[in-house]
Amino acid sequence: MAENGIGANVRRKEDHRFLTGKGNYTDDLNVAGQTHAYFVRSPHAHATINSVDTSAAAAAEGVVAVLTGDDLAADGIGPLICGVNVTSDDGEPHRAPVHSALAQGKVNYVGDHVAVVIAETLAQAKDAAEKVEVDYGILPAVTATASAADEGQQQIHDVAPNNICYNWPFGDKEAVDAAFESAHKISSLDLINNRMVTNAMEPRAAVGEYNSGTEEITLHLTTQNPHVHRLVMSAFNQLAPEHKLRVVGPDVGGGFGVKIFVYAEELVVGWACRKVNRPVKWTSDRTEAFLADAHGRDHVAHAEMALDENGKFLAMRVNTTANLGAYLSTFATMVPSYLYAFLLAGQYSTPLIYSEVKAVFTNTAPVDACRGAGRPEATFLLERLVDVCAEDMGLDPAEIRRRNFIPVDAFPYQTPVVQCYDSGDYNAALDKALALADYDGFAGRAEEAKSRGKRRGIGLSSYVEACGIAPSQAVGQLGAGVGLWESAQVRFNPTGNVQVFTGTHSHGQGHETTFAQLVTEQLGVPIENIEVIHGDTAKTQFGMGTYGSRSLAVGGVAIAKACEKLIEKGKKIAAHALEAAEGDIEFADGNFIVAGTDKAMNIAEVAFNAYVPHSYPEGLEPGFDENAFFDPMNFSFPAGTHICEVEVDPDTGEVEIVKYSAVDDFGKLINPMIVEGQVHGGIVHGVGQALLEGCQYDTDGQLVTASYMDYAMPRADNVPSFDVDYAPTNPPHNPLGVKGCGEAGAIGAPPAVINAITNALGIKHIDMPATPENVWRAAQSAG
Amino acid sequence: MEIISEQRIPASRDEVWAALNDTEILKQAMPGCESFEAIEENVFEAKITAKVGPVKAKFKFNVELTDIDAPNGYTIKGEGQGGVAGFAKGSAKVDLTEDGVETILAYNVQANVGGKLAQLGARLIDGTAKKMADEFFGNFNELLGGTDSA
Repeated sequence: MAENGIGANVRRKEDHRFLTGKGNYTDDLNVAGQTHAYFVRSPHAHATINSVDTSAAAAAEGVVAVLTGDDLAADGIGPLICGVNVTSDDGEPHRAPVHSALAQGKVNYVGDHVAVVIAETLAQAKDAAEKVEVDYGILPAVTATASAADEGQQQIHDVAPNNICYNWPFGDKEAVDAAFESAHKISSLDLINNRMVTNAMEPRAAVGEYNSGTEEITLHLTTQNPHVHRLVMSAFNQLAPEHKLRVVGPDVGGGFGVKIFVYAEELVVGWACRKVNRPVKWTSDRTEAFLADAHGRDHVAHAEMALDENGKFLAMRVNTTANLGAYLSTFATMVPSYLYAFLLAGQYSTPLIYSEVKAVFTNTAPVDACRGAGRPEATFLLERLVDVCAEDMGLDPAEIRRRNFIPVDAFPYQTPVVQCYDSGDYNAALDKALALADYDGFAGRAEEAKSRGKRRGIGLSSYVEACGIAPSQAVGQLGAGVGLWESAQVRFNPTGNVQVFTGTHSHGQGHETTFAQLVTEQLGVPIENIEVIHGDTAKTQFGMGTYGSRSLAVGGVAIAKACEKLIEKGKKIAAHALEAAEGDIEFADGNFIVAGTDKAMNIAEVAFNAYVPHSYPEGLEPGFDENAFFDPMNFSFPAGTHICEVEVDPDTGEVEIVKYSAVDDFGKLINPMIVEGQVHGGIVHGVGQALLEGCQYDTDGQLVTASYMDYAMPRADNVPSFDVDYAPTNPPHNPLGVKGCGEAGAIGAPPAVINAITNALGIKHIDMPATPENVWRAAQSAG
Repeated sequence: MEIISEQRIPASRDEVWAALNDTEILKQAMPGCESFEAIEENVFEAKITAKVGPVKAKFKFNVELTDIDAPNGYTIKGEGQGGVAGFAKGSAKVDLTEDGVETILAYNVQANVGGKLAQLGARLIDGTAKKMADEFFGNFNELLGGTDSA
């Protein structure tokens, strides 16, 4: 292993700048001549816009322009799009209402964009926004997921009868129904996956600049995928041709999915900076983030498992209603379909699965991917249902899982729901987790807690996820509008240091360190001589960005492939300089060596020769700079078992997580310290969903959890010190042997926490968030 | 939330009823009221400054009297736009009952808010609505020579 190479706990290179206040975020950018944008948002969940009078606002002090949906349409700026098709059960594509970046004639959720005021100062923009007079014709609102498609409901979009975006059945219904007919036992469960507001620490922001000389728009954005933003805004929104649009995602303070999407504010800022021919800046305040960031989750489901007399799963049947909000966000359609139903097998060899998903529109903010995206919903449903099965069969939760695990010798394993798992050892992770959690000693601890009037519970969650998104061919067949390969460029400078350009984007993941470790391992260049560059379409060749735990599993491999090309070229250069045959050159630890001799040349010297090719192989191009693309053959399938132990105070309903053990299979770890940080963060995210977070709209469609007064985020005192370990297996299709780790905690944790609480109270189920009130009520009714 | 309360007013039912239809008295009784003007019969426009939690805003209310049953009571309904602060809607059903020479004024208030008011102050609305209703009917009582008895 190279020093600071694969497997080393290198301290994050980027942290020096973050910890010393030298991070460069979008809102840090101030441009000469800059104006400020402020959006007039609908206070109503559902209303027609009878008129918008902007005259008083336009005349207000400092106002540069007041723009509406009519102006947007007049300039030919296209509506926001959803990039993934899901075919509904009538054979038609999913229903896609027009989603104009500024409303045209109707608003469909509180926070919907009606107009934008552009002024010299933010205060002037806000003051003028108050003078925009909008005459609304208020309509009844639809907010509840379960009843959104009911007969007689208020219709939101003409194109979507009964507020249905799609009905999407998957699986062999007849075979599944037959298996249920002959089952020994049927276990069933109704459950809700609570709506989340993602709450990245840095709110969204955009700064747009137009250069009338070059006719180029430069858009600094809080984005996880600058090239995707550029592509969508060029190809679908007609903002500017791709070569005249530069998108920069500088330092970004957390994404968690919410900064994947192309938002109205971003498109409007890009358009407005050209229209007013002045730089335009917009930064979301926290309440705007609650209102208009895409939300996550929000499912209502009924799940059933058919079992034989030994507790083996024979078939599963799932019926899900998923709330997509008022409009389709960029990837909204795929989250409750392909990213959800295709994970319903979990770690189990259930041979038959039938799922129906009804995706509905409501008068709420658009819902899209949030850390895990579909997989947390699938895992919560399945791992809760498995615990109900265990209870119904009188089996220990660990035992019923073991009886149904896909055996280690069955990989690659084709599930009945499309995914083919390439590798895994689910028993190994379970065994390790049980030992880490001292599962056998739980009864004694529960007894001791009882003597103090507390109730202890222990909960398991054995999850699998599909990430390393994604094989382009597979997602193309599913209806995605893009390919999901990744690209890299590794460039030596003549002085021997290295710049690594990646199409992924780091917004907290530590790519600048992890990717540098990959390169130092492979090329032997000291890590301090390696700089990782990302997030600017004018610098990096192309890329699909960061989400779905793909950066290392896809982007990292592209970097490794570019390094391989450099080594191959370097062998030619070294062979020439060392007067040896190319076939005799070996490369190790940064040196090209003539095999069996002490003749060697460092890669930095080779790079210098490539740029100063005074004596150089004939016909070989100068330069030491290689590009590579990588398109994976399959998803990667991280998996693991998380075990949560809680102590519940039945008198107050308070839940204390006293112990949390996680054993994950992420394949090979490049920087174990960063991985552990990702595991910690993911678990805390999942604990937040399980215990605290719940986005609530009232029946009029007003968002009543729109600030931290009413929306509880997890804090340090909500979690214990975690016990983290690994049970790796090697994914054969991934050249680096890596699987991805960013979402695992958020996927594994919610059912572990809820299973622990139901175990403590001896109840069948409790919905998330299990707040003290909900837990207290459950404890009272359980007696 | 429904707010149900009552005031004992030292005046006859007819006197109280007349006061309930007197815009000057209504204006004086309304907390934060800057103007209260009749637009047409039983329809008024009121300008009121109100503070809900962290949000203070000037509201333009359209006020309407419905279910008029002289002299037994009516329902007073208001819908107000507070600009960027959002909007508020409320109604109060008022019932007058004679009790000797005095009158019992019973009121049942409902309030709803939207926009920024709901986002930042939803959980404060019930308390604010109760306070404003109690203040209004208390002031009303005092204007008729009584003491606030809610």
